[in-house]
Amino acid sequence: MTANKILEIHDVKREFVMGDQIVRALKGISFDVNAGEFLTIMGSSGSGKTTLLNMLGCLDKPTDGIYMLDNVNVKELSRDELARLRNTKIGFVFQAYNLLPRTTALENVELPLMYNPTIGTQERKDRAIAALEAVKLGDRFDHTPNQLSGGQQQRVAIARALVNEPVMILADEATGNLDTRTSYEIMSLMQDLNANGKTIVFVTHEPDIAAFSSRTVMLKDGRIVKDTQNTNRRSASEALAGLPVSDDY
Amino acid sequence: MKIINLIRLAIKALQRNKLRALLTMLGIIIGVASVITMMSIGEGSKQSINASLASMGSNMITIMPSSNEPGGARMMGSSLKTLTSKDIDALKEGAKNIAEISPLVNSSGQSISGANNWPTSIQGVAPGYLDIRKVVVQDGIIFSEQDVRSSAKVCLLGKTVVDNLFPNGDSPIGKIIRFGKIPFQVIGTLVPKGTSNFGQDQDDIIIAPYTTVQKRITSSIYFNQIYASAISEDASDAAVTEINSILRASHRLRDGQDNDFQVRTQAELMTMMNSTSSMMTALLTAVASISLVIGGIGIMNIMYVSVTERTREIGLRMSIGARGIDILLQFLIEAIMISITGGIIGVLLGISAAIIVPSMLNWPTVISESSIVISFFVCAVTGIFFGYYPALKASKLDPIEALRYE
Repeated sequence: MTANKILEIHDVKREFVMGDQIVRALKGISFDVNAGEFLTIMGSSGSGKTTLLNMLGCLDKPTDGIYMLDNVNVKELSRDELARLRNTKIGFVFQAYNLLPRTTALENVELPLMYNPTIGTQERKDRAIAALEAVKLGDRFDHTPNQLSGGQQQRVAIARALVNEPVMILADEATGNLDTRTSYEIMSLMQDLNANGKTIVFVTHEPDIAAFSSRTVMLKDGRIVKDTQNTNRRSASEALAGLPVSDDY
Repeated sequence: MKIINLIRLAIKALQRNKLRALLTMLGIIIGVASVITMMSIGEGSKQSINASLASMGSNMITIMPSSNEPGGARMMGSSLKTLTSKDIDALKEGAKNIAEISPLVNSSGQSISGANNWPTSIQGVAPGYLDIRKVVVQDGIIFSEQDVRSSAKVCLLGKTVVDNLFPNGDSPIGKIIRFGKIPFQVIGTLVPKGTSNFGQDQDDIIIAPYTTVQKRITSSIYFNQIYASAISEDASDAAVTEINSILRASHRLRDGQDNDFQVRTQAELMTMMNSTSSMMTALLTAVASISLVIGGIGIMNIMYVSVTERTREIGLRMSIGARGIDILLQFLIEAIMISITGGIIGVLLGISAAIIVPSMLNWPTVISESSIVISFFVCAVTGIFFGYYPALKASKLDPIEALRYE
């Protein structure tokens, strides 16, 4: 056996009942993710990308098949157990950042730890500070989301995803609302985290962004059509340096 | 999430929408404040009625004329003509449970002393009246049985009459005043009794022998009322039975014929007045409680709005690990905070109202601890009851849909 498997997905199906019709969003998907991988999941809309993401994020359970997250079979868990799993094993990064308004960056980052009763007040604060420093926002603790730029807000969101030391960071179109330069900054941050051993699963429809990852899974009509290792991986920090400095008009 | 963090969260959420929180609380505030005010007014009037009835003498018995004619024009009890001095004599002779007895004949008119005059009423009584009604002579003396027999033109004055007829502070004792055209010599003054429960000035009276009032003023052999006192409070009922049978005999009423008089004891009056005031209190409290319920519905309404408004926040909290119970408690505690804060403000307002009311409206109030405890408890229950459904709705949200909610 080689590396430690974080995700094991075997013949996963997800069906929705809409009236008297059955919509089959996922029609049998199998793949594994090893610790330390940077995986992008690509696909056009309607390909089952969002359904797969919800499943990976333990927000939803498969109708059929096996999904093992860090050796836990998700299908057998109750609603509250799923919540516990999300709290301890997954870090979400959303397209719309989803920070709590009128709440400081520090408090936003502390939030996941609030739902973990084993962590005390001081440890919570220390870890939130460390996470914010890891995303280079050490000077923005007391800023509320509306005092931060889009890129900064997304970095707060990444800090929030990091703070509970998850086994996997799950990003849903995390650069979708950002301009190219800021997207590259975020991707550069993601690559740094990956280099430090974090497993990242990044859902996107931009091939440009997928080029920064180590592996790409392509979905179409609820099936995997392509699963390739990325041999020609770009470095986001180099791409950033290569951008023309004409953005500040 | 720990309760202390949930409470902090609720306080923060309310601080963000101060005006909204205050408006939501308003129903509760008004409800609690009015419940407490109403109950304290009710309790106060009850206590003052009891105190003043007791001060009139708890073993007092009142006999009033009444009509036993089934038809015809009904008349006011005191203008009916059934009680005479024959009844007094019969009662004095026959009733063993009666200590004192006095008729009452009253008339109103103008009292005059020198250049001063004052409209008042004169009460013709026997000397025993003072003992029965717990009226005390301040200066001077009470007239005697001899004065009654000789229809002496002597009188005692209440404080209001003294103040108006002798404004420069002269002692009225020994002076001659006139009531209408009849001159009376003032032989005493009465200790002030203040305002009665019915708002009547009990010091605005002149007391004189009933024979004098009957002969000189009313020109009638009938009494308006007869007052008696039982030998003890326990003997009241026996005394009433005696009075009934003696008066029926004296009035020659046949069996089956209704009484042409009414006998009331103080205890009966006390029960009657208390039941009236309890009923008023109950009614007012019921009205106030409705406002509490409306306040609760207001909380429910605003909590539903709040849940809808914060759907994305709920989705996010769930996606990072909040369980259903965490979300439920978050919103429930927020609702309870609203109702309890409203309750505290309401209690403070109610207490201040209960303190201010007596000085403004001259109504006595007594703040009962039970009303505070009850309304506070009701508040907490209101918060839980009306906050539960919105909170439950929030906790049942699907995180996937909540996250995508626009």
